[in-house]
Amino acid sequence: MGLSSRTSPRVPAPIACAAWLSGCAGPQSALDPAGRGAERLAELFWWMAGGAAVVWLAVAALAVYAVRGGARRAGGGAQRALIVWGGAVVPTLVLGALLAYGLSILPGLLASAPPGALRISVTGEQWWWRVRYESPGEAVELANEIRLPAGEPVEFTLRSADVLHSFWIPSLGGKMDMFPGRETRLLLEPTRPGRLRGVCAEYCGESHALMAFDVVVLEKPEFARWLAAQRRPAAVPAGGAAARGGELFGANGCAACHTVRGTGADGVVGPDLTHAGGRLSIAAGTLPPGRAGFGRWLAKTHEVKPGALMPHFGMLPPEDLTALAAYLEALR
Amino acid sequence: MKNAAPEADESLWLLAAAPAIWAAHFLLCYVAAAVWCAKFAGPAGPLAPARRAILALTVLALAGIAVIGRGGWRRCRLPPPPLSREFDTDEDRHRFLGFATFLLSVLSAVATVYAAGAAAFMRDCR
Ligand code: HEC
Ligand SMILES: [Cu+2]
Repeated sequence: MGLSSRTSPRVPAPIACAAWLSGCAGPQSALDPAGRGAERLAELFWWMAGGAAVVWLAVAALAVYAVRGGARRAGGGAQRALIVWGGAVVPTLVLGALLAYGLSILPGLLASAPPGALRISVTGEQWWWRVRYESPGEAVELANEIRLPAGEPVEFTLRSADVLHSFWIPSLGGKMDMFPGRETRLLLEPTRPGRLRGVCAEYCGESHALMAFDVVVLEKPEFARWLAAQRRPAAVPAGGAAARGGELFGANGCAACHTVRGTGADGVVGPDLTHAGGRLSIAAGTLPPGRAGFGRWLAKTHEVKPGALMPHFGMLPPEDLTALAAYLEALR
Repeated sequence: MKNAAPEADESLWLLAAAPAIWAAHFLLCYVAAAVWCAKFAGPAGPLAPARRAILALTVLALAGIAVIGRGGWRRCRLPPPPLSREFDTDEDRHRFLGFATFLLSVLSAVATVYAAGAAAFMRDCR
């Protein structure tokens, strides 16, 4: 961009404004919609913002007028009319119109997915996401990452295992709370491929801010290939440090909490790790992927994520940690 | 009114009546929809019967509010315009309470319509 380095004060207002608004773009912005619901909500936002700006300008203009003594010049009839119209009738109509507009959006946002649509259930747990692709096809459990086909409606069934959470992918649509003991539903329809980010939007304990997930919208065939790969059991490494890591995984009790399909590990307390090495982040959007990230997670679990419900393994010898990290990275 | 000087002993009940109708309407609408969806229709069932009930409740509530508002309007209109500059006679209070009742009725009517608005758009229990 030409004006990036030296933005002179004489930059025309629309350009300055556009540059400023580009701050609203990105993988986690409701104002940069990548889904049907988010498009409706962004429209609603702009109407609301425009309406609020008009009201604010009118009030500010009236305040200036009043301070300048205009009210004294106006007769009693005009004052009364201003109060009745400006104070009661117009606000009622404006609010009524905005309410009707907002309500008219709702049924579309709450509709069910058509039969045969992709169904995913997500359970919020302190502080990660259990993700199950239910149908079509055989169900498969994953964690902390959701991939979706572009242009297809997807129905989410949302639950919580412990406290209140809220499931929100701002670029795709509105958020929906997750309640222990109750199911909620959310329909999302991504419109274009891209990498997005989802978050927990309801305070749920000390690491609430570290409870995010990656969202990747793929073209349909690519999505089908990805899901088929996720259904396959883990590609267990045959030799080297990674294979030794696999033994350590069993010996250190990881398998009591984690499942790695295709091995003996079938714990259900923590996230499924069958393809953990292929995820775009570690520990619910908290660390970058790769061996270093896994090593840090195992050694400094509670510095990385305060309160995380996994014991840390900082007491293991460094070569064991390296081997475990190599094993996890190989689980693609 | 039978009392010779009704202005002398005024009650605040009428003032609170319109907002009370709004509150009752609000509560009943929610209860009607919640009971219908939870006990009869199911999570994706049709909302039609609850919507009819809400329509009936809304018409009733608006009628009640209209009656109260008309009473308030009469009270603030009937006596001649005030001459007193202090506005502290019984008539003034009567007029003031009437006016306040009228304004609260208008507000309650608007709030009742807003509350019922949701039922105008929602077709099922989702
Ligand atoms: C007591 C149960 C428990 C044990 C034992 C345990 N974990 Fe975990 N693990 C968890 C939980 C719970 C989480 C989710 C923590 C969070 O993100 O808040 C987790 C998260 C992880 C993650 C991040 C997963 C992701 O989706 O990014 C990895 C990797 C991991 N554990 C590996 C291990 C390894 C390796 C061991 C053994 C050395 C181990 N865990 C032992 C419960 C356990
Ligand atoms: Cu949270």
